[in-house]
Amino acid sequence: MSIIEIYEQMSWGPAPEGADLANEWLDRHDRKFGHYIDGTFVAPSEGVFFPTFHPASGKPLGEVAQGSDMDVSKAVLSAKVALKEWQAIGGYRRAQYLYAVARQIQKHARLFAVLETLDNGKPIRETRDLDIPLVVRHFYHHAGWAEAMESEMPGWEPIGVCGQIIPWNFPLLMLAWKIAPALAMGNTVVLKPAEYTPLSALLFAEICDRVGLPRGVVNIVTGDGETGRYLVEHPDVDKIAFTGSTEVGRLIRKATAGTGKGLSLELGGKSPFLIFEDSDLDSAVEGLVDAIWFNQGQVCCAGSRLLVQESVSERVFKKIRARMERLRIGDPLDKAIDIGAIVAPVQLERITALVEQGVREGAEIFQPSAPCPKDGWFYPPTLLTNVSPASTVAQVEIFGPVLVGMTFRTPKEAVEVANNTPYGLAASVWTENVNLAHDVAAKLKAGTVWVNCTNLFDAASGFGGYRESGFGREGGREGLYSYVRRTASNLPTPETSNWPEDDGPAPAIDRTHKLFIGGKQARPDSGYSLTIGTNEFGRGNRKDLRNAVEAARGAQAGWAANSSHGRAQVMYYFAENLQALGDEEAMHTVFSVAARCDKMDGACHSVPMRALCYAINEPIGVIGIVCSDGRPLSGLLELACGAISMGNTVVVIPSETDPLPAVELYRVLEASDVPAGVFNIVTGLRSELVSTLAEHMDVDAVWCLEPDWGVSVERLSVSNLKQTWVGSGRQPVETVLRHAVQVKNVWVPYGE
Amino acid sequence: MSVQDLHGLMSNMQRNPGIPLDLDWVDSIRVNRSAVERRAATLPARRTVKKKYQAAWLLRSIECIDLTTLGGDDTPGNVRRLCAKARQPVRQDLIHALGAESIRLRVGAICVYHAMVGTAVEALKGTGIPVAAVSAGFPHGLNPLPQRIDEIKASVAAGASEIDIVITRAHVLNGEWRALYDEVAAFREACGDAHLKTILATGELGTLTNVGKASAVAMMAGADFIKTSTGKEAVNATLPVGLVMVRQIREYEERTGYRVGYKPAGGIRTAKQSLDWLILMKEELGDPWVTPALFRIGASSLLSDIERQLEHSATGIYSAYNRHPMP
Repeated sequence: MSIIEIYEQMSWGPAPEGADLANEWLDRHDRKFGHYIDGTFVAPSEGVFFPTFHPASGKPLGEVAQGSDMDVSKAVLSAKVALKEWQAIGGYRRAQYLYAVARQIQKHARLFAVLETLDNGKPIRETRDLDIPLVVRHFYHHAGWAEAMESEMPGWEPIGVCGQIIPWNFPLLMLAWKIAPALAMGNTVVLKPAEYTPLSALLFAEICDRVGLPRGVVNIVTGDGETGRYLVEHPDVDKIAFTGSTEVGRLIRKATAGTGKGLSLELGGKSPFLIFEDSDLDSAVEGLVDAIWFNQGQVCCAGSRLLVQESVSERVFKKIRARMERLRIGDPLDKAIDIGAIVAPVQLERITALVEQGVREGAEIFQPSAPCPKDGWFYPPTLLTNVSPASTVAQVEIFGPVLVGMTFRTPKEAVEVANNTPYGLAASVWTENVNLAHDVAAKLKAGTVWVNCTNLFDAASGFGGYRESGFGREGGREGLYSYVRRTASNLPTPETSNWPEDDGPAPAIDRTHKLFIGGKQARPDSGYSLTIGTNEFGRGNRKDLRNAVEAARGAQAGWAANSSHGRAQVMYYFAENLQALGDEEAMHTVFSVAARCDKMDGACHSVPMRALCYAINEPIGVIGIVCSDGRPLSGLLELACGAISMGNTVVVIPSETDPLPAVELYRVLEASDVPAGVFNIVTGLRSELVSTLAEHMDVDAVWCLEPDWGVSVERLSVSNLKQTWVGSGRQPVETVLRHAVQVKNVWVPYGE
Repeated sequence: MSVQDLHGLMSNMQRNPGIPLDLDWVDSIRVNRSAVERRAATLPARRTVKKKYQAAWLLRSIECIDLTTLGGDDTPGNVRRLCAKARQPVRQDLIHALGAESIRLRVGAICVYHAMVGTAVEALKGTGIPVAAVSAGFPHGLNPLPQRIDEIKASVAAGASEIDIVITRAHVLNGEWRALYDEVAAFREACGDAHLKTILATGELGTLTNVGKASAVAMMAGADFIKTSTGKEAVNATLPVGLVMVRQIREYEERTGYRVGYKPAGGIRTAKQSLDWLILMKEELGDPWVTPALFRIGASSLLSDIERQLEHSATGIYSAYNRHPMP
């Protein structure tokens, strides 16, 4: 086109970002990469390589090594050997290394950005302006945590060797989210980048080399899911951190069950995007562009479920369609492209199939008129309306540039629809009403809530999920806990119960010990009793547990809505009434929990923008508790009261060998103000109860302090990926409370 | 676009006649500053034009300039010089090198105080380049209303075909939308066939919500253009303010069918800035708003920087100010 023609049409032209230096880098390596193990690049032990492609052209970029079990073992061994020195050099030295890494990435930012776009297919604007700057920020921030660990994290120590498996949607950013906190806290890592996008991790390995990071502190082993499996199953790996699909998260949960490995999972989502009638609609629509057409919608927290208040829905849908017409799809190396390529053909097929299914189920489809490029793997931005929560496309994570639009009538209904999903990663709320904003933010089941914004991330703010979106946080102080464990505590663990021995003659009157469900004593559904010692106890079964979970679920929202002061009052009164049982340790346990009820403060993170970013500790929900046999009263109370003090409700399976103290609690509970359904107790045999509780999909977490049952609990938790805590012995109250909450981060940019 | 094309476009386009004041609409306007700032900050990073596209877009920028002199020391001499520049804004050899002879390039208008309208009209005779007069107690707008109306009429009588008026900021700050509406409607009436550009003085309106509401009221009252600033406020044309205003223009067209023009003014000095504004217009409003019929940039020194960039486009060599004829 001539200048005159362009002038007349005022059209967009090409604005290519050069890829010469990235290609030079690839050529320098002969486009063939080994693993980075023990400080050197090594060929794969089995000599197998596989190609990685540029999604916008479908052409191969180079070959990377397929990690075998031997490669993984070498890397893990190297990481294990490196641990001692890495911890011994101290936080200040570790901070210097992390700082150097940050500096290096900053100095080579454009090379990283271009390489990332080549390998992943996302627009260069995103890698240049979002991914890489956030990576740098993450390393700086965590360099600070390394330095501050000793004073800020007393009582915590590194976990050890961390196996980290990351996805292809934010290759280097996910690497940073994993490696920076792990290293800061004194761990060493073996990281497996995604099969589709290994290149930036290999460039990162060069950076590690350049800054002189001690050998073995960071190992990069490339490969496919098999390589990941070797890493997950390796006995010398102390912790697995995974970001990826919920499906693979389940496999990893299963594989690590009972191994004692730490685990954090950041999984899928179907995040709601709520537009209320009083919002700045144009800004909300622009927010939506960032929510669902960022990175082609291949974002775990993509705002893929649009919920619009009915009164403005037609206007909003019209604005969205008009906005979609202006989205530019094409060569991701073009600086003026909004939507690049889909990472791989298999993803493209999945998106295509799901949209077709949506249309078959009655969805109305809108796609802008501009065609997609012919070469490479592209999918147009898509809006599906006439969709309801029952539609497949409204439930399933599509992981593509596909938005489903639905409507709601009231804030209450908005929250209900928003929470009507197994996921809970993120949510976006648009309203100019500050009361509505914070109210809805509090009610949404999501690890991150963005108010009048979306997809904001920062190293100071923990990111992670509720429900089947995973557990553990990345970023902020809350994220550090994924990479530390308590230093061995010196709490004395009484071996036996201090419950008064019942060695007198049998009671004159026969007593009936039932179960305690929904605030009432209930006979066991089975109609059987268990005889333990001289007493008979209700033999609870799966139906009793079902009823108990239902009662706990029913009571949970109301109990959590009670103020922390109100809950403290209930706990104190409960402790007071415990005097009747004459167990000083038990009383003290409840007292100490009551004392902390109103002291689990959140935080207001220092994020680099004009925004409040507040982290609040929220209850997890319904917690199932499997007690050990030792300390049948105090052990039970320290867990159950810790849980309920934070607003959870509990279903407790008490000591199997000595359930008497638990059943004696019934009348204390009845005499106290603990609301019905908050505290439920089902006596019986673990063999008949634990699996039902661990599998139950309406239970949000299971704690198991009976070591023999830990494996089962972890394995069975995959049903809904509930959080698990498997421990043993006496637990400090702080530890219990930390397990009783999950962190929600709410971002509220402000300014009028 | 030739002068003839432009005149055709402008005369074919129906002027915004205004609509009755709609207070429900005004009340419903919501502007979230942080979100607006985010969009404004990322927009120039999402779009760019390079090489010959940049050259073509810069030629369009020139056509959208209201080449302005608003000095207390203006004399017929420097106004005539400015008018000469308006007729031939870029060196002919550069126009040749760019292959852009057929455009017959000129600026959007010359913008002066009332006292200079006669001089400018005379100097631009036969060119078709409109003369715009700042009016109605510019820049503060606090003269008695009858005087302000008479001032407009006098400028129109002197040959100005565009009138840039300022509003009473107090009407906005106190939420007196009826008073604002009546004021702008009175100015519009005084303009007759001359086009009315309504300066909101956004830097003095306190909030972006006020900017949005004032934009809507000005259009309801019959503004042909809404304009950011006099150039005399502490803060002049910024992209967030622009975004709020053009979104109101879009809303107004959607609701009434009338297209209202947009003019950022003040602080736009670089070629890159002018491209950012064109990008904003194209992205938020579409192609009709990247023509001088619906888009002007009020500027005095911008043209010089664009000339330098055009020389770079034509030759591949970075240019200098002294190589381009001054206005």
